[in-house]
Amino acid sequence: MSTTNHYNENVLEKLASEPNNLWKRILIFLIILGLVIWGNTGSNFTGITEKGMNVAKAILNGITHPETLLLFNFTSKGIPMLLLETISIAFLGTLIGAILAIPFAFLSATNIVPKWVSIIFRSITMLIRTIPALVWALIWIRVTGPGPFCGVVTQSIASIGMVSKMYITAIENLDTGVLEALDACGCNLFEKIRVGIIPQLSASFISTAIYRFDINLKDATILGIVGAGGIGFPLTDAIANARWNRVGAFVIVLVLLVIVIEWISTKIRARLAHGRS
Amino acid sequence: MAKNKVEKVPLFDRIFKPEVITLENGHSVARPKSRVPLILAILFVAILIAARATGFDFNILFNRINQLTVILGKIFNPNWSFFPKVLPPLIGTIKMSIVGTVVGCVVALPVSIFASSNINKNKPTLLIIRFIISVVRSLPAIVYAYFFVLVFGLGTFAGSLAIAFFTFGIVAKMLYENIETIDMGPYEAMTSFGANTLESFWTACLPQILPQFFDNCLYCFELNVRNSSILGYVGAGGLGLLINERVGLRQYNDVGMILLTIFVVVMTIDLVNDYIRSKII
Repeated sequence: MSTTNHYNENVLEKLASEPNNLWKRILIFLIILGLVIWGNTGSNFTGITEKGMNVAKAILNGITHPETLLLFNFTSKGIPMLLLETISIAFLGTLIGAILAIPFAFLSATNIVPKWVSIIFRSITMLIRTIPALVWALIWIRVTGPGPFCGVVTQSIASIGMVSKMYITAIENLDTGVLEALDACGCNLFEKIRVGIIPQLSASFISTAIYRFDINLKDATILGIVGAGGIGFPLTDAIANARWNRVGAFVIVLVLLVIVIEWISTKIRARLAHGRS
Repeated sequence: MAKNKVEKVPLFDRIFKPEVITLENGHSVARPKSRVPLILAILFVAILIAARATGFDFNILFNRINQLTVILGKIFNPNWSFFPKVLPPLIGTIKMSIVGTVVGCVVALPVSIFASSNINKNKPTLLIIRFIISVVRSLPAIVYAYFFVLVFGLGTFAGSLAIAFFTFGIVAKMLYENIETIDMGPYEAMTSFGANTLESFWTACLPQILPQFFDNCLYCFELNVRNSSILGYVGAGGLGLLINERVGLRQYNDVGMILLTIFVVVMTIDLVNDYIRSKII
């Protein structure tokens, strides 16, 4: 009669022995629902006002009708120069950060230094990570003054945390058998580093740096909000002055830039991971 | 045939001819010239251009570095009595992150299913959906927050919405990459039984991706608490406003207190997440 007859006895037995998670699932669902309701208590949603509607329309209109003149303006206020500045900030910031992270990573790797040294350096990188990039920019601005240089220094420091964390993983996965073999061949320390360690680490180090460049490029676009150079300041300035066509041009260029760079970086990283093709 | 073979040699190897080594047994192998010098040269030029574009100047750094030590000294000496003022915006930040993360993740789940090439066989819709996800992901949360503040008014609602967009972009991408790596055997078995796409996905694929999905959501939540502290900068509620105000007044001890609280909260969330992860995976 029933459809269950079609199944094998063993299958039914197996099904019956599976734990029933229904109550657990309902509980988890209720907890999440409760958190969302609690989270909404402070929210100030009062519906979209007439003014808000108009602003939304203006934004959409601006984004669909970008100011094309800005794209071909090669002065320092035009998009090409701002893009160059933004990319330069991310590039230099990533490069310096990736180099600064190397000593941190080696001094935090448990297979290189004693445990207490690694704990000290791990805590330092953690403290660096805790301060958001924007706050780093606010601090560095007191040192360098506003401008793209501030952005470079900010990103150099802000990159250290994540980059050294990924370096550490690579270092701790080092194959020490290679070093022993080189020892047995009678290689000195320099030769061991040159042919035993660098080839093992370079691919993952470069891959990490390129990945971080992706992130830094996105960050570089917002650092301008506090005056650290790049496309962020003209963008927020245009938003604040409701020049939506200009905002549209900035947003479209920004989206294209990020997508293109992400695509290139994924390609390069895939190539690094699978060897030269 | 021969012409085909020539074209496969990369441009670099055609300009710098590979070194040919003849072995003892008469065979010869070609060792391509190292690309490192070329890459270094390109890197060097790029550094020069970038340094000019950003006005890189070591002198400023060396002359004024003491400013940094003063500020950092104050930050690492937090003003404890400032804590009561940190608490309300902190709770606002956390609320904002929870709502934003949950909404973003819930929307990301169905979208990412249609963005994975092993479930959605329709190439045009696949590419369109992926393109939309890329576009959403490429704008920083603070830009969304700025737009939403103008549309919905100042406050945490704009912040939640901005976080939801940001979360959607990240989680959808991570999720469709996960979906593409799952075992399709059970799915095919279900379809061969006569189940439709939705039914087969529900029973065969969902159990495989749910742990990953929750893992991504937790990761994103942590990221959001960290990042949403800056959203207040454009008026979207939370701690950012306070940070901006205190930095403006040069009250770095207060800033230190704010950062310490964020640090403790992020650490706690990290620990809780690790515990939940160990339970679901």
